Amino acid sequence: MAEELDKVDVVVVGMGWAGGIISAEMAKAGKSVVGLEKGIDKNRSDYVGVKDELRFDNRYQIMQNLTGHTVTSRNEIDETALPVRTMQNMQLGTDVGGASVHWAGATYRYWPYEFEIRSQTIDRYGADKIPEDMNLQDWGITYDEMEEYYEKWEYTAGISGEQDPLAPERNREWPNPPLKETPSLRLFKDATERLGLHPFQIAAGNLSQNYENPDGEQLNACMYCSFCTRHGCDFSAKSDPLATVIPTAMKHDNFELRTRANVRRVLYDEDSGKATGVMYVDENTGEEYEQPADVVVLAAFAFANNRLLMLSDIGEQYDPETREGVIGRNFNGQYNSAFHGATGFFENEQFNLYMGAGALGAAVNDYAADNFDHSDLDFIGGGAIELRQYGFGAISSSGNVPGDTPNWGQEFKDKSLHYAYRTLTIWYTSIAMSYWHNYLDLDPTYTDEYGDPLLRATYKFGDQERNIAQFGIERCHEIMEEMGADIIEDGNVPEEFNHVYSGGHYTGGVVMGDDPETSAVNSYLQMWDVDNLFVVGGSAFPQFGGHHPTPTIGALAYRAAEGIERYLEDEEQLVKAPGRKFI
Amino acid sequence: MADIGEEKQFSRRDFLKTTGVFTGGILGGSLLGSVFMNQSQMLTDDDPEVSEESTSEDEAQNESMEARTFFSRSEDFETLAAATERIYPEDDNGPGAIALGVPYFIDRQMYGFWGQNSQDYSYGPFEPTSDTHGFQAKLNRGEVFLAGLRRLQELSMEEHDTAFADLDGGAQDELLRSFESGDVEIRGVRPETFFSLLRNATIEGVYSDPAYGGNKDMQGWKMIEYPGPRMGWAEDIESEEFMSLDPEGLRSYQGGGI
Repeated sequence: MAEELDKVDVVVVGMGWAGGIISAEMAKAGKSVVGLEKGIDKNRSDYVGVKDELRFDNRYQIMQNLTGHTVTSRNEIDETALPVRTMQNMQLGTDVGGASVHWAGATYRYWPYEFEIRSQTIDRYGADKIPEDMNLQDWGITYDEMEEYYEKWEYTAGISGEQDPLAPERNREWPNPPLKETPSLRLFKDATERLGLHPFQIAAGNLSQNYENPDGEQLNACMYCSFCTRHGCDFSAKSDPLATVIPTAMKHDNFELRTRANVRRVLYDEDSGKATGVMYVDENTGEEYEQPADVVVLAAFAFANNRLLMLSDIGEQYDPETREGVIGRNFNGQYNSAFHGATGFFENEQFNLYMGAGALGAAVNDYAADNFDHSDLDFIGGGAIELRQYGFGAISSSGNVPGDTPNWGQEFKDKSLHYAYRTLTIWYTSIAMSYWHNYLDLDPTYTDEYGDPLLRATYKFGDQERNIAQFGIERCHEIMEEMGADIIEDGNVPEEFNHVYSGGHYTGGVVMGDDPETSAVNSYLQMWDVDNLFVVGGSAFPQFGGHHPTPTIGALAYRAAEGIERYLEDEEQLVKAPGRKFI
Repeated sequence: MADIGEEKQFSRRDFLKTTGVFTGGILGGSLLGSVFMNQSQMLTDDDPEVSEESTSEDEAQNESMEARTFFSRSEDFETLAAATERIYPEDDNGPGAIALGVPYFIDRQMYGFWGQNSQDYSYGPFEPTSDTHGFQAKLNRGEVFLAGLRRLQELSMEEHDTAFADLDGGAQDELLRSFESGDVEIRGVRPETFFSLLRNATIEGVYSDPAYGGNKDMQGWKMIEYPGPRMGWAEDIESEEFMSLDPEGLRSYQGGGI
């Protein structure tokens, strides 16, 4: 029998960027807050002195242990899904700080077009432009409304950037100047300029200088040590929740963090239609607890947010046969249809590619969003073209060989040593769409350590994914040619999604919108059906934009925090949906 | 260049056999010691008893890691060593997998959480023959290595009546390629899965920090001109010139020793 604990104002499930932001904002507002994190306690000192490629890039030290549970995956709705068993194929964040600790830092806002993609596509190209099988949706919020939340997140995080010449004007400048420019980035910028494109330095969550954020947290200047992506930062120089919002929350006595607290159910009262709290297992002891709260916030990874609602039987499960229901609908993300481009091998140049930072890079947005005419193109939307200098370790650098090289033996050794630092890759971060046939539900076969069903992902590409990848590869090839590579190799357009969930960009399933028929939460990420339940994070994306997701998740979390505060005062649905009756 | 690699590999292997390293013989005395020194360019795993020059702490640490903690049968380990050497052979660029300590690196990886798949989802039912969903074997990686290496040896005996480790390089490659292309059967795991584990673990052993027992004396890093983990490159990152520096490992980065 679960032990019932004292009620609090807000219980937050998950301690990544989203949960950290909600916790900090609620703590600052004087609310009693409990933060529950399934993983272990971590702080900045866990990442000091551990610059180790094998441990983090190849053994995925800070990804979620899959022993107890994972996700099952399939392409077709009549296929049997199989579990994704290893961290090579399933990379989820874990522990305090969540996935945000291992993010690279690339910071883009989504475009005004992307928030209203359905309306604007119809306005400009007509409804026929949207394929029949695509669930293309507006977000229920505009860029103008998002501006202040983006800005708030960017200043909390201390982003280092410069104005993208094609992007809408910002109300305030980036809080810090851009990162340094390296020879490889200059090569990209010069080539794209000659091609009439508009290069800029990618805005970075790696700090260009020491910085104190508005909450009084200190971040340090980046050392360009190259251990960023999939690593935690050695110097508190990467903006993540461990350096920003979690310490801010912890300064307040009304915030309590509980780790190894594995939330298994949202508690829901049918009579009142409200969530009453959560049930969790203390993984240290196996004991169960009920944590009552006035407001329940699910702020975990998209997969966990979806699965908790399904296991708790809250909201209507999406059914692809009838295409009704909203929970699990519009599952999407940047899979292997994104990040396709061209690789160049340079015989006469050797770059210091072992130096770098996660978001150190240059990009053009000429082929992003609707910045180019799609009238004669067989896809909609776009993405950035990027060159990134992450800082590459020896293991990964040894893979830089032209495609006709064997991948082992004498010739491999010889060429891999030669090309290790003579190889540059550029890619297109193409938008990823939602379809009626891509969704999440509970798996009928595989269970977790408690016997609860695993989450099942059903995902396949539409023609859009293959067409936009082909377009991106061609544009990247042109740029690489202009950059002067001696050998250019184009990426392959993938036939079908291959069940590799690397990269961390999976979203949807509890999507936001202005219509309860096609969305689960409103623009404050408050559930239409359960007024005191907020579902915050990538799970809210109706489709994936043409850029990396973190800033939008951060901005939406600030938006949700504002909504939660308002809810605690008025205790009502914050958005009046058209056509829906409210008592 | 391939010929040079093979020649060196086999002279080294013959030497190991006659001195009994693989069969567990005890080395010592000035005669054998001098033989070791003469062969030192191809023998980087100097025995501590005979190598008077290896006095630094790093080297001593490396040498104590040259003992098997996972593979029981020396025959399995010999097959492993020979296979890794074909994947990353010694050549004009520098040492190959054996001299870099890769077999011992893999031995330790198999003993640890990764070899035991202790952070992977391991509930059934299993579909080990699936070719679309990544690793689906019921076996863990250590068991996959054992099953694969024994199958490799078995096929070598069947086809050549010779142990895999004693085949010439071309025949070894041919057998390895049959695993890579999935043309053989291993009970419980796809042969490509075994081969790709072997291939990737070999490369990891060449290039990961010496703390894991491979990349002996950071020679993998020297060959590829990787300087190892450093405090940072803020002062150098705008440099137009490529900087080729002597590598330093985690041990020196962390300040080594307490």
